[in-house]
Amino acid sequence: MAKKVALLQGNEACALGAVYAGAKFFGGYPITPSTEVAEVLSIELPKVGGKFIQMEDEIAAMASVIGASLTGSKSITATSGPGVSLKQELIGYACIAEVPCVIINVMRGGPSTGMPTGPGQSDVMQAMWGTHGDHAAIALVPDSCQEIFTETVRAFNLAEKYRMPVQVLFDEIVGHMRERIEFPEPGELEVIDREAPSVSPADYKPYDSTKGQVPPLADFGSEYKYHVTGLNKADDGFPTTKASLVDAEERRQIDKVMDNIADIESNEEYMTEDAEIVIWAYGSTSRSARYAVNELRKEGIKAGLFRPITLWPFPAKRTAELATQAKAIVVAEMNLGQMVLEVERVAKGNCVVVHEGRVDGDPINPGQIMDKVKEVL
Amino acid sequence: MAYDYEKSIRPGKLPHIWCPGCGHGIVMKGLIRAMDTCELDRKNTAIVSGIGCASRLPGYLDACTLHTAHGRAAAFATGVKMAKPEMNVICCGGDGDGTAIGGNHFIHACRRNIDMTYVLMNNYIYGMTGGQFSPCTPTGDLASTTPYGNPDPIFDISKLAIGAGATFVARTTAAHPREIDKLIVKGIQHKGMAIIEVIDDCPTTYGRRNKFRSVIDMMKRLKTEAVPVKAAAKMTAEQLEGKFLTGVLFEDTEKPEYTAQYAEVIKKAQGA
Repeated sequence: MAKKVALLQGNEACALGAVYAGAKFFGGYPITPSTEVAEVLSIELPKVGGKFIQMEDEIAAMASVIGASLTGSKSITATSGPGVSLKQELIGYACIAEVPCVIINVMRGGPSTGMPTGPGQSDVMQAMWGTHGDHAAIALVPDSCQEIFTETVRAFNLAEKYRMPVQVLFDEIVGHMRERIEFPEPGELEVIDREAPSVSPADYKPYDSTKGQVPPLADFGSEYKYHVTGLNKADDGFPTTKASLVDAEERRQIDKVMDNIADIESNEEYMTEDAEIVIWAYGSTSRSARYAVNELRKEGIKAGLFRPITLWPFPAKRTAELATQAKAIVVAEMNLGQMVLEVERVAKGNCVVVHEGRVDGDPINPGQIMDKVKEVL
Repeated sequence: MAYDYEKSIRPGKLPHIWCPGCGHGIVMKGLIRAMDTCELDRKNTAIVSGIGCASRLPGYLDACTLHTAHGRAAAFATGVKMAKPEMNVICCGGDGDGTAIGGNHFIHACRRNIDMTYVLMNNYIYGMTGGQFSPCTPTGDLASTTPYGNPDPIFDISKLAIGAGATFVARTTAAHPREIDKLIVKGIQHKGMAIIEVIDDCPTTYGRRNKFRSVIDMMKRLKTEAVPVKAAAKMTAEQLEGKFLTGVLFEDTEKPEYTAQYAEVIKKAQGA
């Protein structure tokens, strides 16, 4: 049977991906260029018995999402850079309290109000470091409308599996671009649901990691009563300042991600087998980079593309391998030098690493990348 | 016979963190009695708080308890109630948490008239951080950050709640413990946003700076300044100077409750 297809905007694909993943709660606040995610979910969620609420501000939106998730609802919010700045404290709350949720960031120019209708890729370091305290982060960076759909589903899967906030970042170009989408059939994409506790309510400890790095999370309003706090806590969920317990919990919350990079990582490579020059690019910029690779190859330049789809945790292993293979890595991104710092860190001087950036509201075009490649050669 | 609070308190969680003479414990006991009177199933009850001395209350109680970030109790609680309207939702916290950093969430939760009961302990001060002035510290009083006397005007929390759209608003004090549970019971039974403001005392960071020589002096002030609504009706404006009203200050049973309104949205979306 032919698949259902549609011409959809990236933001619309995101909303429908959330519904496919089983989202039952959206709490948000209007902000350009992400608003269509909210608009579509305000239509679609009540159809499946889900809840949509427009909160009074970005902070409240994040709070409502965490509260809803604790009752067992798969929960999502969508915003842009200024909104993520406001949500930062509660992103940290979701990290330490280990509450699954998905945060969509349709990236625009910045800092501050910046260029609300222009594209940007300048929130990529914020996605990793944008909350106080040590923590792990998962961030996904799709580059097409179809991939926004599938990566939104994967974001829910990772959030529920690893019991933590997961961010999906796409720039305004991909968010507002329209492309043909093929809708996966129900069951075609994996949908992971939260693991329920197997112990009795009397024995339940919300952070007991003796059976695995990610303890099962009980629903509020079920048979299980427990305590949730943003304070450092012991395995029973109650605050502690005991050094050994605080240390073990903090490390576990980072290890649960860093020990499972193979499961979380997702990259695409294009013509990297024999590449002497690797263009390292993500989101809409990777589309220009792919075009540049084709053109450069026509000119006899052995160029290739490395495209992270999981941006955090950083694809360190493969980037390091490419640094030993290639003469140079050109990191192209719509900012003045963010992911390039990570690439330089793992390249360890094994190849030249240069940056090609842009923050004037125009996309990075293939010619710009080709010029940089030729400059490096 | 002594009231059995033990069954409502989590084993091993006492003693609490509150100072001797603090009124928060009186409020907690009132809340326990009220939940018992309403026969709330603790498995189906979320108690949500922000940050501060008063916000440590949920941790002591055996229920689904959620100690959130500073000021955010009403917003987290809104998410819980929206996602699972069948749950009983109770918020608690202090005056700084609820009306300064959390002021926006407070007024919008009132506006929506979402079904929850918010027990706001107003002790006129930020206690946990050592006595800085809050939006409720009386003008002229001393706090650690108003060494020359507080220049700020205050919020009247109950009036704020009524103005913002809450449909049940009541006030009492920590010196009137029996009235605390009676009003919380009414709040829980009310379908919509219920605000129970309890004027409370902080001997440690407010009292000692403002010439209250003892907790008893602070309690006496609460008793002197509190005037029940009925009694106030027979008093002149002059007699009411420096007093505040207690009891049920406002009740509206007509305004639709938010999750009930959203249930209608779901019906429409599903073509019913």
